[in-house]
Amino acid sequence: MFQQRQIERARSGEIRLRLAPEERRLVQAVLAGVRTRLDEDPDDDALRRLFPPAYGDDADAEQEYRELVHGTLVEGKREALRLVERTLDRDHLTDDEASAWLGALNDARLVLGTLLDVTEETYAFELDMDVPRGRELAVFAYLTWLQEQLVDALARGGR
Amino acid sequence: MVSARTLPKRRHNASVSTTLAPAEVEVERPSEDDALERDRPWVVIVWNDPINLMSYVTLVFRKLFGYGEVEATRLMLQVHNEGKAAVSSGTREKAEYDVSRLHAHGLWASMQQD
Repeated sequence: MFQQRQIERARSGEIRLRLAPEERRLVQAVLAGVRTRLDEDPDDDALRRLFPPAYGDDADAEQEYRELVHGTLVEGKREALRLVERTLDRDHLTDDEASAWLGALNDARLVLGTLLDVTEETYAFELDMDVPRGRELAVFAYLTWLQEQLVDALARGGR
Repeated sequence: MVSARTLPKRRHNASVSTTLAPAEVEVERPSEDDALERDRPWVVIVWNDPINLMSYVTLVFRKLFGYGEVEATRLMLQVHNEGKAAVSSGTREKAEYDVSRLHAHGLWASMQQD
């Protein structure tokens, strides 16, 4: 389904994005959904994978950790979402910008994957729009493909 | 494979120091055991999950801990195959810092005292 690389490291050292306008609108819509959830209720159960517990069963330590870190985590995620929004129509990204895209896409996959109850077996299925939540699964697969390319491009090292 | 919903329980050593102990016992001087308890290093664990990509996890290990490609890949595969891996250790403060950076990158990390 997704053969040609759309994201890769260019000779200039920058990360080149070859995304159709519709794809950019899709990314925008998905990330807007994450931002809305963050704004409306950071304790939303769909966001639980964004804020895992640091301490297994020590409730006091966990609460201290959360008080210390939660606000910073939320703000970091908001900042990445804002950066993607600002650079949504660009054809080239710096490594820092691409890292923000990578983080925002990963957060979106964590939220969508939680809502869809994704397991390792999910990835083995052929995409089928007609199955229940087929469209959402297709979006999840598309985001996975984008993220995989971003990781590859970033791992190749910048200048 | 690890469920994405529950973290395995860790055994908790109850001998944390408290300043609210009954007055009749001598609690002011921490025993050697308490000192040893505090000094035992904390270990940062990354758990397997069905959403984070293997390539992404490797990249995060390289970026956060400065591991080379080989070591980062080895740790990622340990998480994938065994369900978890210890990726760093040190004082409680260092472990909390590392866990928070892993959380900022969406990885499923926790910390425990060995």
